[in-house]
Amino acid sequence: MFAYYLDLAVRSLKRNKVLTALMVLAIAVGIGASMTTLTVMHLLSGDPLPGRSGTLFYPQVDADPTNDYSHAEPLDVMDYRSAVDLWSAHRADRQTLVVDSKLKVHAPEVNLPPLMEMMLSTTSDFFPMFDVPFQYGSGWSADDDAKHARVAVISADLNNKLFGGTNSVGHTLRLRDTDVRIVGVLKPWRPSPQFYMVAGGRFANGQTDDFYTKPEDVFTPFTSGLEINDGNFWQFTCWHMPDTPGHLQNAPCVWIRLWVELGGAAKVADYRSFLAGYAAQQKALGRITHADNTRLRSLMQWLDFNHVVPSDVHLQTWLAFAFLAICLFNTVGLLLAKFLRRSGEIGVRRALGASRRAVFAQCLVEAGLIGLLGGIGGWLLTLTGLWLVRRQPSAYADLAHLDAPMFFATFVLAIMVSLLAGALPALRASRIAPALQLKTL
Amino acid sequence: MQIRPILAALRRHRLATMLVALEIALACAVLCNACFLIANRVALLHVVSGVDETALATVQLTGYEDSHAVDLNARVLAGLRSIPGMQSVSVLNSIPFGARRGTAGITLDMAGQHFGGVVEFYVGGPGSMQALGLHVTSGRAPQVDDFRTFEGLMPTDASVQITRSLAEHLWPGTDPLGKDFWLDKWHYRVVGVIDHLVRPDPSNWQGDSKDWSIFVPALPGKYLAGSYLLRADPKDISRVLRDARTTIAKIAPDAVFDEEGSKTLSDLRTDSFRQDRAMVGMLVGVIIALLLVTALGIVGLVSFWVAQRRKQIGIRRAIGATRADILNYFQTENFLIVTFGIVLGMLLAFALNLLLMKHYELPRLPLYYLPIGALILWGLGQLAVLGPALRAAAVPPVVATRSV
Repeated sequence: MFAYYLDLAVRSLKRNKVLTALMVLAIAVGIGASMTTLTVMHLLSGDPLPGRSGTLFYPQVDADPTNDYSHAEPLDVMDYRSAVDLWSAHRADRQTLVVDSKLKVHAPEVNLPPLMEMMLSTTSDFFPMFDVPFQYGSGWSADDDAKHARVAVISADLNNKLFGGTNSVGHTLRLRDTDVRIVGVLKPWRPSPQFYMVAGGRFANGQTDDFYTKPEDVFTPFTSGLEINDGNFWQFTCWHMPDTPGHLQNAPCVWIRLWVELGGAAKVADYRSFLAGYAAQQKALGRITHADNTRLRSLMQWLDFNHVVPSDVHLQTWLAFAFLAICLFNTVGLLLAKFLRRSGEIGVRRALGASRRAVFAQCLVEAGLIGLLGGIGGWLLTLTGLWLVRRQPSAYADLAHLDAPMFFATFVLAIMVSLLAGALPALRASRIAPALQLKTL
Repeated sequence: MQIRPILAALRRHRLATMLVALEIALACAVLCNACFLIANRVALLHVVSGVDETALATVQLTGYEDSHAVDLNARVLAGLRSIPGMQSVSVLNSIPFGARRGTAGITLDMAGQHFGGVVEFYVGGPGSMQALGLHVTSGRAPQVDDFRTFEGLMPTDASVQITRSLAEHLWPGTDPLGKDFWLDKWHYRVVGVIDHLVRPDPSNWQGDSKDWSIFVPALPGKYLAGSYLLRADPKDISRVLRDARTTIAKIAPDAVFDEEGSKTLSDLRTDSFRQDRAMVGMLVGVIIALLLVTALGIVGLVSFWVAQRRKQIGIRRAIGATRADILNYFQTENFLIVTFGIVLGMLLAFALNLLLMKHYELPRLPLYYLPIGALILWGLGQLAVLGPALRAAAVPPVVATRSV
């Protein structure tokens, strides 16, 4: 029966090509616009570490002793003392400190001018905690952290630039004026967002593009990095002016992020009380005043709290769906016209014994076919739309590609929209009284 | 033209009429708000910077050691000044539409109890204020002894110039000259008011704060280095910047020339708003597609109605209606449906605007957008209906005498 309806639908669509083209076009344009924005949304709001994100947490303590503001939330990142204390306690399964800074990078063996690159100073747990993939070599050891070892891990990009993509483990890299030994080279790694550096989203005014920049090109042990690039670290914010710009170890500033891995609810609860205990102890020591203002958000909660998806992307998505709604109304109107024009034909079918259901089904098959055609058009327009997004000057531009789930979603959405559009006209068509129509023939 | 027969006819096509009206309503809501969004973004693109953008460029150097900064400044200033066509070279920490190095919150009392707002400190060496082309509207411009050396991020005590809008924000209705403000324990006194000086990074502009800038005179040194302001004739500025690049490679091989940051101010301005221009492009695209889809929808439906009423039209013609009457009928019918849609659409437009205001810090939709949106949709409806209506008017009276 379905095949027969399909045949009828094809014949009907062929009969009035202009009207068919109009409907297919309306659906295609609506689907193209909404799927483009939906794909961008999907890529930007996804889980950067599927499967692992549930075990990663972002502790916060409020080290700012001033009373200039309400302290409803602790500052987004940590001061040196709190971060290093909490890290040294080793109370989580894994824990890592991260801080980034810009510095001059040069490979003495390679005849290229020095580059300015971002360096992430972190601890050995960073790589296993965040599933960072290695091309050559590996990360450094906890011992290297303790010994301030002059070692580094570099990104695939930098390895291509400096060493033409060959195995550069063991080679020397000059960071500012310190020589470090390369111990690992990463595979191309592009978490979306660059989750471990996310902070301050609530002050970003919705312009959160920067959360989607590429990871740093040089990774060094935390202690080594602080020494190598001393004087070039920038604060997230300060409650008093630092004495020496760029050297923040004893400054009244927050500038370091701490991440911990906690497997299981019991460990999370334990860490929460450990964090509260630490803050209380620091209050007793007189270093901090807002001891009860601690937080332990999971990775996804932290991303939500920072509203990582740029507000322009939200706006575009809403706009695209409003547009799809207009296309939907348009298609409903056109389908209604199309079905009712065939009243005579439907009257004959009904008189010959077709049930209302059968007529309804036949009309829906036709609507679905239009949806399928619109879906193909919509898919092509989505590809065009994503190509346009890639040409945009945003940090996430290179991420915009159609993945398999969104490819299928395109067709599911197209057919659903067309069936939705077809339902009302089909119902009207199935209500046609056969006798009335036969009389006019 | 009698409206009652048209209304009677529309009542028989309630569903289709409702659909077109709803489509128009949605289109009206999206159209008004999209136009408003465009107007807002375009206003952003045309923000007054207060500086002579076309005559300015910047050179940004990084990768040198702080201990070499004084020496670097001397080499760079001398080297760049020797470029033919260069009118002036000065040191300036932050650059309008470029690097942002002096963003901080100020207070109006020494104890730090009365918060003034987050502002931009432009710390500039001798000549930078003239190079920017800032106009001092009251008080005085910095004098020779205002430029002092300093240790740390910024001069800890200085006589400064602030923008009029910042003065108005800090001390509404009073003369700002001679007033004091603090950054932590550091003290500043207002000695001059400037017209405009835009803050560097547009993503930090909230409300009126885009013009909250302070000019702090200081002598180049350890913490005021590596960021240079070049001024030349607008015709020469691109060439001067190219020459500066080659000069730097010779005179400062120890520093890294920041390609992204070293541009003419016009280019930096263009870069700052790329995202907004892309958004405007997308909004315009959506509006065009939206109007097109709506128009095609009306064409499709009215064509169907014309075909359906062919016989009735023939009868009307046979009993004396002129072609103009038939044309008029369909045009009036369309006008009524679109009007109904617009009334609904205006309510929707306001609801949508309220939603946008809540989530995107957008101002309230000005009322005059509504009649403009209505005019566009009326025009669109009339244009869309014209084709099918002309076909209807062309139906010959003889049709009345034929069966089907």
